[in-house]
Amino acid sequence: MPKVTYVQPDGAEQTLDAPVGQSIMETATRNMVNGIIGECGGCCSCATCHVYVDEAWYGKLEPKDQMEEAMLEGAVEPAPRSRLSCQIKMSDALDGIVVRIPAGQA
Amino acid sequence: MSDPQHVVIVGAGQAGGQLAAELRQIGFAGSITLIGEEPHLPYKRPPLSKAYLAGTATQDSLLVMPRATFDKARIGFIGSTRVTKIDRAAKTVELQDGRNIGYDKLALCTGGRARPLPIPGADKPNVFLVRTIADIDAIRAHCAAGKRVTIIGGGFIGLEIAAVLVKAGLKVTVLEGLPRVLARVTVPQMSEFFERVHREAGVDLRTSAQIKSLDGDPVAHVTFADGSRVDTDFVIIGIGLIANVELAQSAGLPIDNGIVVDEHAVTSDPDIVAAGDCTNHPNAHFGRRLRLESVQNALEQARAAAHTLAGKPKPYDAVPWFWSDQYDVKLQMVGLSTGFDQMILRGDPKTQRAFSAFYLGDGKLIAADCVTKPADFALAKKLVAIRAQLDPAKLADETIPLKTFLPA
Repeated sequence: MPKVTYVQPDGAEQTLDAPVGQSIMETATRNMVNGIIGECGGCCSCATCHVYVDEAWYGKLEPKDQMEEAMLEGAVEPAPRSRLSCQIKMSDALDGIVVRIPAGQA
Repeated sequence: MSDPQHVVIVGAGQAGGQLAAELRQIGFAGSITLIGEEPHLPYKRPPLSKAYLAGTATQDSLLVMPRATFDKARIGFIGSTRVTKIDRAAKTVELQDGRNIGYDKLALCTGGRARPLPIPGADKPNVFLVRTIADIDAIRAHCAAGKRVTIIGGGFIGLEIAAVLVKAGLKVTVLEGLPRVLARVTVPQMSEFFERVHREAGVDLRTSAQIKSLDGDPVAHVTFADGSRVDTDFVIIGIGLIANVELAQSAGLPIDNGIVVDEHAVTSDPDIVAAGDCTNHPNAHFGRRLRLESVQNALEQARAAAHTLAGKPKPYDAVPWFWSDQYDVKLQMVGLSTGFDQMILRGDPKTQRAFSAFYLGDGKLIAADCVTKPADFALAKKLVAIRAQLDPAKLADETIPLKTFLPA
């Protein structure tokens, strides 16, 4: 199964199995990863699952749609490689992806 | 301060589940027992009236966390059981099967139940309420293209269900007793917009509907006060929620439209916290007490309650927000518009499907309803949080980007 690594603001890392098709937000919430809340359950309404995607992986993601782009404006501390993790569906091509959790989101 | 040894959480909805998870995430080492009335582990309720009803979300995908995560985190779960009594002196709760469970700290996340419709015929087997997975499973068993469904209640639940079922090919009638839909939560212009959207989709939407009875067994038609009727194959009732406060009340805790708690989610008993739909809590932003029915409130207040129990108090201080998905329309609301003195529209709800309504009180932005305008919502969230003072004329001028209202 592909894996995803979550990096906390203090540098602590957690690597988890991520079923293909599950979003990176769901993998986080289903495993109690700190700082990823997913209030809206993954319908791109809340921006509480915001992450920074590592440079090596950012370009491999499906591009953001308009809704995600807009919601990121309201996220905590948005940055150039910000994404909403509910919009990143796991695939074999993303095996090993690393995402960082914004400091202000915990 | 040392951790309490045993936290018992009554209610395994989203608040209860989040409270348990948050306790572990912040390092609580004692034991945790989560007790729920439904057989299910905590699950997400918002998709019930949307993706789950539509059949595009599975039951497993609704679960907040799978069983393995609960086990790994040593969170005990007792399902299909009601707590019937709290003995505050002995610090025990009594379950419906007679068992007693001791607690050091107790959390009440009892949520609410769907409000029943007090008219003749509402107890028939083809009349459904909407609150649980079981409710939706029962409704889905009646759904087939061409069937006639009558939805009583033009609130978020009723309208979301109407959108799903009309798309599934059912003949949908929505009956609202008040002169407009969403009357409790928004302004007439928004109501009018949603009425138009539903009618354009083919829903027979009737406001000021005075229902007398549901007739037949099973119900075959709805009879109105004037004697007219609507034929129907089944009926769905979505007329709001009743907060489950009875357990707290019988334990002598103060109730006032919800279980009364402070900003740390503590009740009048320092060993008992409460979180979610069932609480009446102070809201610092609006300077008044609120009882909110929302996921955000359930999750964030539960997190505050967990911090209190773990001896790391962190007040619950959130600007409320809500959302609703109907057809291609995404409504996102932030703040509370109650008591606004000026509403400013950007976009035209009479002709468009994307626009925003901003509510000013004393010149400050207190709320916004954004319809398929996620960027407006994202910015409005920030502007409401800082109580931005906005010039109504500039706000109404769509050539001025909303972004420019944020302080640099």
